[in-house]
Amino acid sequence: MTTPATPATPATQATPAVPSGPATAAHRPRPRARARTGARGLHGAGPLTYAILVLVAFVSLFPLYWTLVGASTSSTRIAQTPPPLLPGGNLWHNLDIAWNQVHLGQALLNSTVVAGCVTVSTVLFATLAGFAFAKLPFRGRSALLTLVVATMTVPAQLSVIPLYQVMAKLHWTDQLQSVILPNLVAAFGVFFMRQFLAEALPIELVEAARVDGASSLRILRSVVLPIARPGMAVLGMLVFVQSWNDFFWPLIALSQSNPTVQVALAGLGGGSYDSDQAVILTGALLGTAPLLLVFALLGKHIVGGITAGAVKS
Amino acid sequence: MLDEAVPATTVGVPRPAPPPHPWRTRLYRWDVKGSPYAYIAPFFLCFAAFGLFPLIYTAWVSLHSVDLQTSDQLQWRGFGNYTRLLHDDLFWNALRNTFTIGVMSTVPQLLMALGLAHLLNYRLRGRTFLRIAMLAPYATSIAAATLVFSLLFGRDYGMINWLLGQVGIGHIDWEAGTWSSQIAVSTIVTWRWTGYNALIYLAAMQAVPHDLYEAAALDGASRWQQFRHVTVPAIRPTVLFTVLVSTIGATQLFGEPLLFGGSTGHSGGSAHQYQTLGLYLYDQGWYSFHLGRAAAVAWTMLLLLLAIGAVNLAFARYRRAKEGS
Repeated sequence: MTTPATPATPATQATPAVPSGPATAAHRPRPRARARTGARGLHGAGPLTYAILVLVAFVSLFPLYWTLVGASTSSTRIAQTPPPLLPGGNLWHNLDIAWNQVHLGQALLNSTVVAGCVTVSTVLFATLAGFAFAKLPFRGRSALLTLVVATMTVPAQLSVIPLYQVMAKLHWTDQLQSVILPNLVAAFGVFFMRQFLAEALPIELVEAARVDGASSLRILRSVVLPIARPGMAVLGMLVFVQSWNDFFWPLIALSQSNPTVQVALAGLGGGSYDSDQAVILTGALLGTAPLLLVFALLGKHIVGGITAGAVKS
Repeated sequence: MLDEAVPATTVGVPRPAPPPHPWRTRLYRWDVKGSPYAYIAPFFLCFAAFGLFPLIYTAWVSLHSVDLQTSDQLQWRGFGNYTRLLHDDLFWNALRNTFTIGVMSTVPQLLMALGLAHLLNYRLRGRTFLRIAMLAPYATSIAAATLVFSLLFGRDYGMINWLLGQVGIGHIDWEAGTWSSQIAVSTIVTWRWTGYNALIYLAAMQAVPHDLYEAAALDGASRWQQFRHVTVPAIRPTVLFTVLVSTIGATQLFGEPLLFGGSTGHSGGSAHQYQTLGLYLYDQGWYSFHLGRAAAVAWTMLLLLLAIGAVNLAFARYRRAKEGS
């Protein structure tokens, strides 16, 4: 194992001082990626390709559109054949009912808090660990990385029972920390950031900073974090979506009086109310709309991030 | 800090050139050696607390009789929970359902994702829109998606039956039948994950060197042959990865069948026709209050996954060996 400080190649020494380093490096992967997309697709798409893709896009989007249709019609109209295909004028009425029936306002707030905390902590810790696994030499690195990947296969069901017992003992059931704490880290995040930094972060930058006498923390702050930012953004969005949609554990840990959105929706659809289908769909709309909004605004970056090398193993 | 304060007070003394202060070099060496461990520590500490400890403790619980309401009182049962499991028809039913729903959702989903990724890899107009549209289901929550689909699959007023009626196929009671309900649940899973997997495949496909396609084209390979003999082998690691991830997901399937059934969800329908292992565990623990049995189900699931993983690994190794020879 060589210490990272010693092997400083001439090329490394030529790199400018630390602060300007990351800026240039952050831009470096881009042109390469663009060149790749530019040359991509030897063949242009034929009409059949378009037809299939448009059909798939339609199938992907239709249930979402129909949620809106259902949420804006009356409960009598939705239970008629043919089913409604155009939005009606009942949206506000249904929103009012859904909002008051299952604490949806509280649920949206709770989900935002939970997903926000989980995202910040997961991304932060994943970046730290990902950097160490990608670029820092240390004893036991590959074994520990294998362990991280192996933990991805452990089913969530395995932790539910002890967690429930612990949370019950601490009187934390029905409180948000019971949902936040078990999700502070994610093996997938570590794996993702390792893959990202292995490609995006030139080792020379780290070595140059070392030669200049920068401490590890300083390297992290001024070299690693600026370069890691695009990867962190994509991971953040993936984690947020996942946490927002998490179902099994919140259903067990929380109750209908202090739910996350998913738990509230489960209460809405669980037959505990007069299953007014229009109201159920209104709840589904409210539970999904925030994510879809984020998707509509940032979709390009999310998609770009996933296709730019999420899992190239 | 200290050596910066010194020149400020004693004027005239030249500032010491960066000499190798012994404590500094030691600090530096600690920094280099220790910081990797400091960076990975948060992950492993949290994992130990919320992943590893529960894993082991679940095994301990599975050897006991534990009531949900008095969950801190453990009564030793040995392997009783496991033997009881093996004699429970509902367990085998859940295992079978998990398998059939898993196959019905994973196989079409990954095959379609592969085809879609291939199509998305063409030079396309409006490709950003198409990609976002295909990823949109991924952003939809299990609860919302399932509620919408259970209305679409409704027996009397559901849109799918209405459409089938238009082409002359009789009304299907999707929720009541074994196959029909399992198809419905698989449809929800497939709908949510196909686009996501397609984008992952697309990422891998874009990394395939173009010379390979050019060489294949020069040799007169058709597009289909290029897809089969260039693309698929090149992205095999990614395919294996998605197979593994989807298998894990399928084994844990829970939210979709639970919510698809409405009030009978936890038992997987009136006749347990779509009760998965995840639901069975929930039913045992949180409806029958037998946490010990639930823990035994959980560990059985882990053992199953390990077995599947081992088979996967052996298969991959066998393929590699066959190609090597």
